[in-house]
Amino acid sequence: MKKSRLIAGVLVLGLGAAACGGAKVEDDSAAAPGASPAGTVKMAINGWVGYEASAAVVSYLLEHELGYKVEKVTLAEEPSWQGMESGAVDVVIENWGHEDLKKKYIEEKNVAVEAGSTGNKGVIGWYVPEWMVQKYPDITDYKNLNKYADLFKTSESDGKGQLLDGDPSFVTNDEALVKNLKLDYKVVYAGSEAALIKAAKQASEQKKPLLMYFYEPQWLFNQVKLVKVNLPVWEEGCDSDPKKVACGYPPYDLDKIVSKKFADTGGKAYELVKNFQWTNDDQNAVADDITNNGMPAEDAAKKWVEANTAKWQAWMPK
Amino acid sequence: MVSAPVQAAPPVPAPARVRRLPRWVAPVAGVVVGVALYVAFRGKSVLPHDDDATLFHWLNDARDWVDANRNSNPIFLYVVNYLRLGAAEVFALIQGALVALGWPGLVGLAAGLGWLAGGWRIALVSLVGFAGLGVLGFWEASVETLALTLSAVVLSLLFGIPLGIWAGRSPRVRRIVTPVLDVMQIMPTFSYLSPMVLLFLIGPASSTIATMIYAMPPAIRITALAIERVSGVTVEASESLGATRWQTLRKVRLPLALNTIMLGVNQTIAAALSMVPLTALIAAPGLGEDLIRALARVNVGAALVPGIAIVLIAIVLDRMTRAAAQRRDGGTRAQAVRWGGFAVLTAAGLALTPVLAQEFPEQWQVQIVRPINDVADWIEAHWYTFTGFLNDTVAYGFLNPLQDVLTSAPWWLVTAAVLVFAWRVSGLAAGLVAAACLLGVAALGLWEHGMQTLTMVLVGAVMTIAAGLALGVAAARSRWFSAVLRPLLDAAQTMPSFSYLLPAVALFGNGRFTAITAAFIYAVPVVARVVEDGLRAVPGTVMEAARSAGSTDRQLLWKVQLPMARGSLLLAANQGIVMTLAMVVIGALVGAGALGYDVVAGFAQQEDYGKGLAAGVALVLLGVMLDRITQGANGRRSPHKKRNA
Repeated sequence: MKKSRLIAGVLVLGLGAAACGGAKVEDDSAAAPGASPAGTVKMAINGWVGYEASAAVVSYLLEHELGYKVEKVTLAEEPSWQGMESGAVDVVIENWGHEDLKKKYIEEKNVAVEAGSTGNKGVIGWYVPEWMVQKYPDITDYKNLNKYADLFKTSESDGKGQLLDGDPSFVTNDEALVKNLKLDYKVVYAGSEAALIKAAKQASEQKKPLLMYFYEPQWLFNQVKLVKVNLPVWEEGCDSDPKKVACGYPPYDLDKIVSKKFADTGGKAYELVKNFQWTNDDQNAVADDITNNGMPAEDAAKKWVEANTAKWQAWMPK
Repeated sequence: MVSAPVQAAPPVPAPARVRRLPRWVAPVAGVVVGVALYVAFRGKSVLPHDDDATLFHWLNDARDWVDANRNSNPIFLYVVNYLRLGAAEVFALIQGALVALGWPGLVGLAAGLGWLAGGWRIALVSLVGFAGLGVLGFWEASVETLALTLSAVVLSLLFGIPLGIWAGRSPRVRRIVTPVLDVMQIMPTFSYLSPMVLLFLIGPASSTIATMIYAMPPAIRITALAIERVSGVTVEASESLGATRWQTLRKVRLPLALNTIMLGVNQTIAAALSMVPLTALIAAPGLGEDLIRALARVNVGAALVPGIAIVLIAIVLDRMTRAAAQRRDGGTRAQAVRWGGFAVLTAAGLALTPVLAQEFPEQWQVQIVRPINDVADWIEAHWYTFTGFLNDTVAYGFLNPLQDVLTSAPWWLVTAAVLVFAWRVSGLAAGLVAAACLLGVAALGLWEHGMQTLTMVLVGAVMTIAAGLALGVAAARSRWFSAVLRPLLDAAQTMPSFSYLLPAVALFGNGRFTAITAAFIYAVPVVARVVEDGLRAVPGTVMEAARSAGSTDRQLLWKVQLPMARGSLLLAANQGIVMTLAMVVIGALVGAGALGYDVVAGFAQQEDYGKGLAAGVALVLLGVMLDRITQGANGRRSPHKKRNA
């Protein structure tokens, strides 16, 4: 008797589940508890301080001017896009290209939308400390790198020259570049932006040879002199196959990506994100405060906001 | 003998049938043959790494298929997505409850539960421990970590205890379940993450499920053991009184097994707590996020403090469940005191919730990040020559040569060497499994990276086992030393594995040696503990006998204690190696490369997804291989109590 009732119960449950036609991934009912009245914005935090600076300023305004609660989700770049599908992320405040992801998540899946430029100009390339250029003037041409490969040998580079990359999740074609440009180098991952910065400082101060992947906007250029190595010039489409790339990086117009849901229902928060636009110098100022003046991101954002009222007031939703 | 050509064979007794030859002949001959073959075939049939392997592309396509059909395929619509929603719901529910209690309420509840489990001592530990989370300035993140841990533990127990009861009752089920559990526990935690993301996307749901898979084995194992141990006489008595099987289970077996099952809960919590921080890589909230951020900034202090918070949570939960496992029922009076105390403490906490501020008061928080960083900076600045020297010595002296040998040796030679070595140490079956695993790595197209990982594991494991042995022996010989060492080991064991990366990075920069150093700190405590326990277990009478026969201390150690503790030593080696593997892989976050890097890149770069997934499987195979090799000559299964064992 008991048993048959149990079976009936299970059946009813099963039918109930079937009746609602299965669960789709966007049916994420598990909203965060304790949300503030205006709502919660889930902001992805990618792993470089420039990103954090932008995120801090936008978050500060969302919280203090518009009354939202901002949840920061520490994530790598590509998982952040996935997060817009799963509901874990609403906003990516600084996106570097990622044409393939735009195709997948914006065009095909329709779970994300572009929210305009951040105003920041992004540059990615290979850099050496300035003293090396004075000593070996032709080193800035990639064709001469093999000549100097011995200088860059380390314990981790398998007897080749070392090309120091950052976090494995950053935008990079370096392994393919080394292979396709036939360079006698090995890509070694430092693991993070901070590790790259440390290496750059040491290389300048102690006159140690260093060839590294780096990028702008970046506060370090105000402190340490680095010179860019010239890779074959980028042309439209030369990097479409990630395994066959043999050209340098394109100039990036950094932009914002938000989840479709946020664009539709984000209200004023979405307006603010869409309007947010500043310069590389603005970002470097905040990033510098965070990294070198020991300020928590929130305080650094507050400082910038208080000093630049006119700029951010233009971003406020009407 | 993975690296036949460069290492001397360990002193394993030769099989009895080689009667006339001295026991060293066979191993030496083996090494000579190995070296000769290596010299002859060096550089031939090597398997250089190819990023473009067909398998990787195929896996990428599989990923794309899943991505495209996530919302239309019935398996996803009716099974996978519901699992995801269910896990998310459990997490949201528990997190909601913990947050709603408010910090005074939660601290009060913890103290109350502590009181209930083990009286005022445990209540005090819980009170101080949980308040400490706030004092460190990590209250909110700690609550999230706690919520994730509890969600995973609840689910683990929900599935693990029934499975354990089943396995405890039926030897056949047990035979099927045991190898699966073995693999689940040997699996480096890192390799779980990619498949989880594929099925359940990123977020707390994925994290809960991944943690559950990692934490369930101890629940199943210990429950099975507990049920099995319930004396047959009692069960028979109950059955002869006419109890049904269900009644016997509920009224006899479970109550009798309860205390042991509580220990299973304890182990499950420990396992969950060690996994949860790592799942921050797939967007789980909590202390793990702080750790990742600290890692990205190379900020030692900022990594250590959340690490300490996790240790506090671990200590509180451990003491609570341990006390609950030892609990003996007293009279009604004692019962009343226990429940009364629980009610008073919890009510006091809850009553304070509306009175005190919602967030943990800032003036009660202590800042210790800066002093820790000052120390770290000082060490970095002043020990630079020494640390650089150490790094280069290990890299050029051991890592590079060994890696050269392993990657330039023919794949069949390495496999044969593994087969022969595992056969000698652990028997033919183990040898065959080990060799098969290695062939699996080759089939996945990850041979070269596999050999690089193996190099790090071997060098790391040798260092770890040597140090663990020395510490263990010292602790077994001096009570005083042991008393000092124990709490340090306890703390070191509960720290999340990846907070060790940072001090290592600060000292040695980025690279393989850093990963090895972190693995060393991570695994030495366990090795030392197992060795110490093994040595202490040598019966006093044997020691007395040896002493009275005129043995010196030295002879006593080498001729009596160590040989008699052989089982423990093998277990120590086994644990040391498996843990080193787990950590070396995480070292990819700080530039150690190899398979670990493939895994990291796999969930960070679209086009590397297939490679990452394959690397995860390769890691599991390597783990099983290393485990089988060190499983022990007597066919004994190691208990695999990884943490808090």
